[in-house]
This record gives sequence, structure tokens and C-alpha cells, in this order.
Amino acid sequence: MTGAPDTLRLSAEEAIDLVTRREATAGELFAAYRAAIDERDPELHAFLTVCDDPNEGEGIPIAVKDVIGTRGIRTTAGSRILESYVPVYDATVAARLKAHGLRVLGKTNTDEFAMGSSTENSAYGPTRNPWDPTRVPGGSGGGSAAAVSAGLAPWALGSDTGGSIKQPSALCGNVGLRPTYGTVSRYGVVAFASSLDQVGPVARTVRDCALLYSIISGRDECDATTVDVPAVVLPSAEELTGMRIGVPRELNDAEGIEPGVRTAVSAAIELAESLGAHVDECSLPRSVEYGLACYYLVAPAEASTNLARYDGVRYGLRSPGDDFREMVMHTRHDGFGDEVKRRIMIGTYALSAGYYDAYYGTAQKVRTVIRNEHAEAFERFDVLLSPTSPTVAFPLGAKSADPVAMYLSDLLTIPSCVAGLPGLNIPCGLSEGLPVGLQLIGPQFSENTLFAVGHALERALAFDLVPTRYRL
Amino acid sequence: MAGIERDEVMRVARLARLELSEDEADRLRGELSDILAAVSKVSELDLSDVEPTAHPLSVENAWAEDEPRPCLPLEDVFANAPDRDGDLFRVPPA
Repeated sequence: MTGAPDTLRLSAEEAIDLVTRREATAGELFAAYRAAIDERDPELHAFLTVCDDPNEGEGIPIAVKDVIGTRGIRTTAGSRILESYVPVYDATVAARLKAHGLRVLGKTNTDEFAMGSSTENSAYGPTRNPWDPTRVPGGSGGGSAAAVSAGLAPWALGSDTGGSIKQPSALCGNVGLRPTYGTVSRYGVVAFASSLDQVGPVARTVRDCALLYSIISGRDECDATTVDVPAVVLPSAEELTGMRIGVPRELNDAEGIEPGVRTAVSAAIELAESLGAHVDECSLPRSVEYGLACYYLVAPAEASTNLARYDGVRYGLRSPGDDFREMVMHTRHDGFGDEVKRRIMIGTYALSAGYYDAYYGTAQKVRTVIRNEHAEAFERFDVLLSPTSPTVAFPLGAKSADPVAMYLSDLLTIPSCVAGLPGLNIPCGLSEGLPVGLQLIGPQFSENTLFAVGHALERALAFDLVPTRYRL
Repeated sequence: MAGIERDEVMRVARLARLELSEDEADRLRGELSDILAAVSKVSELDLSDVEPTAHPLSVENAWAEDEPRPCLPLEDVFANAPDRDGDLFRVPPA
């Protein structure tokens, strides 16, 4: 290899080409990314665990969010309760990466149990945004998003319950896909809210994102919610002729959307029209107004039952106690952080006798309303477009004192997640020197359409993914 | 939902098997009240004719062949156990 590759600029496809053309070995590429981690991660803290080169597989490196179980590699989910947990088996997605020769660089930081929108809820300290280290990278997958934007990994896996892939990708300025519910196995992934959780790719380009999605998706008999998935088509067209793009008023005019975000997304909408797309307004009146409330009942309710397994018996932390019940209560007190406790409490309350119908039952009916509203919109449109996050990356600490303010970060990503729909974030410009993300939402199993629209826009936008302060 | 009383916080914490310090209980009382006020918005809609959605895909009964396969070796099963007694997990007395 003639000199180390510039990991800040290298796409996964280009990295694969280097190996295929024998211009670099898989080991040399791994070393180049490890060197980038050594150089920039002490400031960013994108990784919770950095791995030695496994020297197995002829593929390129990848970073993996620390909620995804990796055999022999500590998997903490950002929680003290799993501080020394080393899985004895691979999650299906981790096994699929290895089957494709990909080498795991390390495990990336996350809000504890993926509960948060800033990665500040990690028990191991926050990750910082590569564009401005005084700001958050978004969350919960801030580690994976920051790693890809800072050139610490060519691509990464994230997980998304209500926006944990799309929102950090928006705040860090890269490409993130939340796939259709049921397309990617969750076997071996630390569960948060099982009717919402999805694993998905974080990448530098839409084509890389599609390629990684093709590697991880598909039916897995270990996850009964998975289904057969249409063959992935790597996008190449640079036009959008005939594509029908809907612009939901409520997702684009919501209170709290920053003017700079609005400007960048409006410019991208005009660009889409110039590429041949038919663009028209539409409406999701109840999805946006009631989506957040619905989500913050369904997700904590499911989390409260999923997290019941952390009892100090089979794995994870155990705190002392005179009897069994006391041991369990002490373990959970010591092992869980504040946000996790809040959500367990909300969820337990919403599921408890006398409240179930009023809260969880009602939220499930609202979910039907939101699904139906989206289905109606897709009778007229191929994709829907909006900002991904109402704001650019916010300063560390800005929202940590007010849980409800933090929850509003996910206002625009949550409705489609609740409906089980795929969503793609692509960067569409800068506001105050920070990336703005654009969200494309499609019907179930429309990933190929999202890739096609995302790719054409990406080419036309020509957004420079390298954070300004790293540019030479 | 006007607010949640401290007794209610403690009742829910017991259900969730969560030990709470005095400070935590006080703080959670305020926070849970705010969150419940926000999420109670779902009750504004008329949902009398709406079926609930438990799961976003209409997958029913994903069958697998009933064939025995090897499971994890016991040493792997106990690899992360805080305490063990032979082939059992050891816990404090009930």
C-alpha cells in the first residue's frame, strides 16, 4: 500500500475496492482505522471497547453499537449492569458481518439501553460530536454516528427504536437507515422495546448504506418477527423522474424546527423537483400531534418488561442483599441509571392494574391511527420528506435536566417508527456550521425506493461529510 | 392526570423491583408527573372504533421444524453467572 488511506474520506465501497485490487490488505485497512481511533477518539469517546485485529476475514472493518451482542467482546449496552458482560454467542447481525469477512473494530457508545437522544445517558460518559466537541452527537447511537463521521470506521451498525439511527446520523452528518420492522434480525441484540426495535446501517454514502443493509437483512429463524426481504438494488440513477414526493405539513412546520434546518430542507426539496420529482404537500395531522405520547407509553411499557431480566441471577451485575428480593432490588438500583429507571417506572405504571387500558391499550390504538394515516399518504406518494431532527446538534447538558424537552428531539422520527416504516437520513446542508439531516420515509419494504431517492439527492447535494475542523 | 403521589411512586417501584433512595423517589415523583401529563394526550382522541396495533407487521405463527439442535454448553451458560453451585445459579435465600 502506498501510504495509509485517508479514513476521513474513504467510503466503504472504496475501501472494498482497495482490498479487491490488492492495493491494501484487510489488515492494513484495520490498522489505518485503529490509528484514526487512537488519534481522534480520546476526544470524541465514540468507542466503549476497541478490538484487536481478529485477523479473520478478507473484508473491511466495521464498528458495532454496544447493544449488539458480540461473542467474546464485552457488550455493555451503555449500562453499569452489563459492565463485565461478555456474550457467549454472536447476535445474528454480528454473525452475518463475520460471514462477509468484516472485521469488528470495536463497540460504540450508546445511551444506556439505547434510551436517549444525546448519548449523554451512557454510564461510561458521553460521546462528542465530531463537528463540534462541545455538542452532542445525538442518540442513542451517537457512538456509531460519530465514529463514521470522524473517519474512525468506514461504516457501522446502529439500532433504532424511535430515532436512534436517523437522529444521530442527522446530527453528525452521515447516512443512516432505520429499516422496515421485521427485515433485520434482533436475535442477540439487547432488547429495549420489542415491537419497535430495529438494527440498521450507518454509513458515509447511500450506496454503502444499501450494501450493508443487504448484508444484515433477511429472515432469521432465531427471530420470529423477521420476514423475507426484497433483493437490495444498489442505487445508481441520478434523476428522480416521476418520483412522487410528499411533504407532510406537520413534519415540516412543527413548532421547534430551527430556521436553518427549515432552509436547508427547503433547498433540498427544490433540488428534488429540479431532478424531476413531483413534489406536493400532504398531511399527517394526528401522527405528529399524538406520535410522541404514543411512543412514550409503548416503548417504556415494553422496556419495563424487557429489563425485568436484569435481576443479578444469570449474568450482569449482582449487588449484595440479605434475601433474594433485596438482592434483586439492590442490583437494579445500583446497575441502572436515571433515564432507565424513569422509563421502567413509567412503563410499569402504564402496565399496572387499573391503568393498562387507559395508557398502554390506548397508545396501541393511537398506533393504528398513525399507521392508517401513513398508509393513506402512500396512496399518493412514493416517499415522504421532512427534517430528521428539529434542531442541529445541541450543546452537552442543554436538555439533560428536562426529560420531556429531550424527548422532543425525536418528534419527527417517532411517527414513522411507531408505524413500522423504514426511514433514511441523508445530510442536506449546514446550519450554523453544523449538519442538517433530511428524512425520507417510505411504505414497508420500500428500502430500494429510499436508496434511489437518497442517492440521487446525495449526488445533487454534494455534501462534504468531513467535519470542517478535520479538513486540511 | 394531575400528578402522582409519593406512595404511588413507591408502589410502582416495588412492582418494578427497584430500590429507590429518598432523593430518587422525590425527584421521580415530579418527573413522572410531567411525563404522564405529556403522554396522557393519547386520551384526547375518539378511539371507540379503532383496533389496537401490537406489532407493525401482520406476521402470524412463524413455524419452525421441531428438530432438536445443540444448545449452549453449560460452561458457556454459566460464563457470566455472578454465582453458581454446580449446574445451578446460586442466589440468596428467598
